[in-house]
Order: sequence, then structure tokens, then C-alpha cells
Amino acid sequence: MTALAPLAVDSQTFAVTASGLQKRFGETEALRGIDMQVEWGAVYALLGPNGAGKTTAIRIFTTLLHPDAGSATVAGFDVVRQAGEVRYCIGLAGQSAAVDPILTGAENLELIARLAQLPRHLVKPRAMDLLERFQLTDAAHRPVRTYSGGMRRRLDIAAALVQRPPVLFLDEPTTGLDIRSRNELWNTIRELVAEGTSVLLTTQYLEEADRLAHNVAVVDRGLIIAEGPPAQLKAQLGTTVIELGLADEASAAQSAVLLSRVVPTRPEVEQATVRVTSNDGPRILVEVMRSLDAAGLVPTTLNVREPSLDDVFLALTGRHSEGSEDGNGSKPAIGAPR
Amino acid sequence: MTSATMTRVSDVERRNPVVVAVRDAIAVSERNLITYRRVPQLLVFSTIQPVIFVLLFRYVFGGAITVPGGVPYVDFLMPGIFVQTVVFGALGAAIGLATDLKSGLLERFRALPMARSAVLAGRTLADLLRNVFVVALMFAVGVAVGFRVHTSALDVIIGLLLILLFAYALSWVFALVGLWVGDPETAQAAAFPILAPLVFASSVFVPVSSMPNWLQGWALHQPVSVVASAVRELMLGPVSVGDVFQAIGWCLAVLAVFAPLAVWRYRRVA
Repeated sequence: MTALAPLAVDSQTFAVTASGLQKRFGETEALRGIDMQVEWGAVYALLGPNGAGKTTAIRIFTTLLHPDAGSATVAGFDVVRQAGEVRYCIGLAGQSAAVDPILTGAENLELIARLAQLPRHLVKPRAMDLLERFQLTDAAHRPVRTYSGGMRRRLDIAAALVQRPPVLFLDEPTTGLDIRSRNELWNTIRELVAEGTSVLLTTQYLEEADRLAHNVAVVDRGLIIAEGPPAQLKAQLGTTVIELGLADEASAAQSAVLLSRVVPTRPEVEQATVRVTSNDGPRILVEVMRSLDAAGLVPTTLNVREPSLDDVFLALTGRHSEGSEDGNGSKPAIGAPR
Repeated sequence: MTSATMTRVSDVERRNPVVVAVRDAIAVSERNLITYRRVPQLLVFSTIQPVIFVLLFRYVFGGAITVPGGVPYVDFLMPGIFVQTVVFGALGAAIGLATDLKSGLLERFRALPMARSAVLAGRTLADLLRNVFVVALMFAVGVAVGFRVHTSALDVIIGLLLILLFAYALSWVFALVGLWVGDPETAQAAAFPILAPLVFASSVFVPVSSMPNWLQGWALHQPVSVVASAVRELMLGPVSVGDVFQAIGWCLAVLAVFAPLAVWRYRRVA
């Protein structure tokens, strides 16, 4: 039977492709025609707020959902017609830590390894290797219900790697993690990529896409509205956002007029807030303060930060990202003395 | 990044689909059995309720219940209790699968190159093994309160196997319920209204002839009664082969309908 031959991955193809991918749930159009390609060995990030369709796309690529229209391939196999082959080539870590809380960490990985059709002699060594790699060796024989949230997430990612899949899907892998765990996970993803794994991840954080991905697609309401290397995306956006809170809307409008003379991009006004984006943050900040001071305007709040997903959306669509947790002012603003 | 020379093949073995189905079902059932070993409360609590029923009906209500044919009530009661125990125990499949669905574990399984049947086959296999233990325990409890069989060992063994077959068929029914509701609490709440009329409006605890006429039609012919009556015949005699085949027929019919439905639901579960 030829079907029993080892699966060779065709390196001429892309790791992941989608063409005109559509999916509807009742009245909701989750995907409205997605086209994308992930090159072998690359990290591709789908960046967007909750409900943009990122998870639906991942679920189609991992054969959990059938698309209503369009097609997708993973490792050269069609996700609908060759779903069985696709499952041999993928690892999936979802938003929830999908591990059995009653089993130990080692038992969880051994179970997944067996079900992933790993040869019997590789099951235990692979589980142990992964536990070590994710710093879970000490907890290997403890039930997972005693693990911390970060440990569970690490085990979940480890479970996605038992079969050393050529294509790895990570659905919001760092959501809910503290900064240290997040940085560790980023390093792990980089290591996997260095070993040749192709990664498709979803995220709500521009910073994550920027740090990890070779290519970023911004997803909005089921469509990719911008795509390219992070540097290109950021060049359009500016690397620094300066947000000034003024006393009232009239002073905000007045400030915007003043600032449009000193900053290269058009300042945005939203009620009493003026927002300026720039690739030359520190210098522009000085210019901004100078020109406001000259006009006798004193901001009540000042916020200097890297652009967030919300800024991306504002720049690309002219509106805020719906459902995003990552809105404006998430970092503490500096209150100016009165 | 792209390189024409790069070939990455995962470490998986491609095996014959039948071999895969068996191996995966065993792996999943081992996982479910570990749960019983590690959380023995699950097993203890699932046997406490039938033991209470035995004591309640044997010593509290039993005195007021007379059964035709001069059979001691405890002998009438115990075959019904065995069936009742596995019927309520089948709820575990619904709760377990709903829990796995909610936690995202089923999603992980569905993205693995494992047999589509394995999660359900493994679950029901583990339930079957648990029921072997539970039925043996209830048999011992019955003997302790005075239950005696009146038939040959072979008849009794057939009776016990019939209970296990019925339990196995019900596991698939409740597997479907669990996948359908997708939430363990809802699964528990949804099950009682289904189970109560099947267990109580039946020949499990009292003779159907003591019920009002309008209820007798249901109580005589619904599957729990048919199985309970056949098990009772096999343990107390006289055995009617027709009744036993009717009970087996019910089990096979339930399996034939619900096993494919549950697998179908598993493949489409959100």
C-alpha cells in the first residue's frame, strides 16, 4: 500500500497557502476571502483583534473546519481533500492549554506522542526531551492540575511539538503570559525556526509580530488589509506614538493645527486627545513641546509609546480595532503638573 | 528562507488504518482509566448511589412491595439495581467528553493523525472496564444483603454480559449527549430528565403490573425494562429465550444508531 510510505514534504511548495478562503457562521462572515502564502522556514503572523477571523483561519489550516469557499494547503496537501496527510505535518497549540489536568506532564506528552503515531521507541524519550526543553523536568511526574498557568502553556506548546511537525500553528501563544514567560516562548519559537520549522501564529500584539515574524498580515473583519515584512509595516506607521491630552477639544484642535507644521504626518484628533506618529520620536517630541509652549498650551497628559494594534488599525482603516484589549492608553500616561 | 533543498519530514509512522484505530483506542482508554486510578472518588461516588438504592429498597420500601410468584423482593430487586447502576453510570461518558470538548483537548486530538473513532472507542472501552468492576461490586453488595440467584451459572454469566452490553450501548448514547451539549454541568442537567422516566417508570424496582394501565405500555416495552426483565429471568428463571433476544436486539439497535451518530458528531464538533 503506497499510503503507508513515509510522508515526504514537497519543498517546492509553500508551507501554507490560502486562496479565496471564506467561512461563514450563520450571519457572521468570519473569513471573507483570504489569500496568503507562508514560505518554508518562515514565521508568518496574522495580526488582528478578537473576532477578526484569525482563529477561524487556523482552524481551517489544521483541518478542524471546512471552508465554505476557496482552498488552502499545508505542506502541499489540500486541507479538505488530504486532511489526513495534513495532520501528519502539523502541530497545533490553541488559545486554551489543551492538556489533561489529571495526567502528569509526562503522561500527557506520551499520550499525544502515541496518538501522533510516533514509533513506540521514540515516545518516552521524546516526551522527556520536550519536558527538559520547556523546563518541566522537575514537574514531569506531577499531575498537570498542580501546574501554574505558564507551565501549562509550556506543556501545551510542547505537546504541539511531539511529532516535530514541519509546520507549527500557534493561536495567540503568549496571550495571558507574564513578560518572562513570553520572552522565553519567543526564544523557543526562534529556536524552532532555526531548526527549520515553519510557523503560522496569530497575535493581538504588534510587538510580537514585529519581533518574531518575517511577514505580517493585518486581519480585519475576515480580510487581510495589509501584508508585508514588519519593517515595511512600521515604516508606514511610524515607530513612536506621542499622545497628548489637552484641557478641552478646542485646545486639542488648536494644537493639531500647530503640530501639523512640525511633524511629517498629519496629527489625529480625538476629542481632547491629539496623536502624532513618527519615525523620529525623541526629536519630534521636543519639537511638539516647543511649539505648544510657544502657543501657551500645556498638555494635561503625555504618553509616548510604541504603536499598538489599535494604532495599526487607525492608520489602515481610520477606525479603532473592535474588541481589541490593546487599546489606547494601556500604558500609564505621564500627568503633567498643573 | 525558501530553499529547494529543504526537506522536513515529521517523525511519524504511517500505519495500517485498522492498526491505528486499535492502538489509538487503547491509548485513549488507558488515559481514561488513569483518571479512575488517580481520582478514585469518581469510582466511589458512582457506586455509593446504587448502594444507597439497595439499602433503601431492600430495607425501607421493600417490605411494602410484593412481587408475583412468591420471589423474595431482594431477589427481584438486585437484577434491576445492576441495570440501574450502569444506566446512571453511563452519564460519565457525557460528562467526560463534554469536559474534554470544553478544555480544547478534543480539538487537539482532531488535529492529530489519529483514528477518528479512537476518542469515542477509547472512552467507551474504559467505561466498559469500569462497569465490569462496578457490576462485580454490586453483585457482592447484593449477596451481602441476601440476594441469591436461582438459575445456572451459565445463565447468570449471560445475564451479566447482557448488562455490560447494554451499558456499552448506553455509553455511545451519552457520548453523543456530551458532544452535543459541550459542557459538563449541562450534560449532567440534561441527562436526568432523560434517565428518570427510563429508570423509574420501568421494571427495575417494582413489577410493572403494579402500575396504572396507561403507564404499563411504556414501562413494559422501553429498553431499560426489557433489559432488566431479561436479566431478572436469567438470574431467577424461568428463562424465555425470546425475552433475552429482545434485550440483545435493543442493545444492538441502540449501538447501530448511536455509535455512527456520535462519531459523526465528533468529526463536526465545534
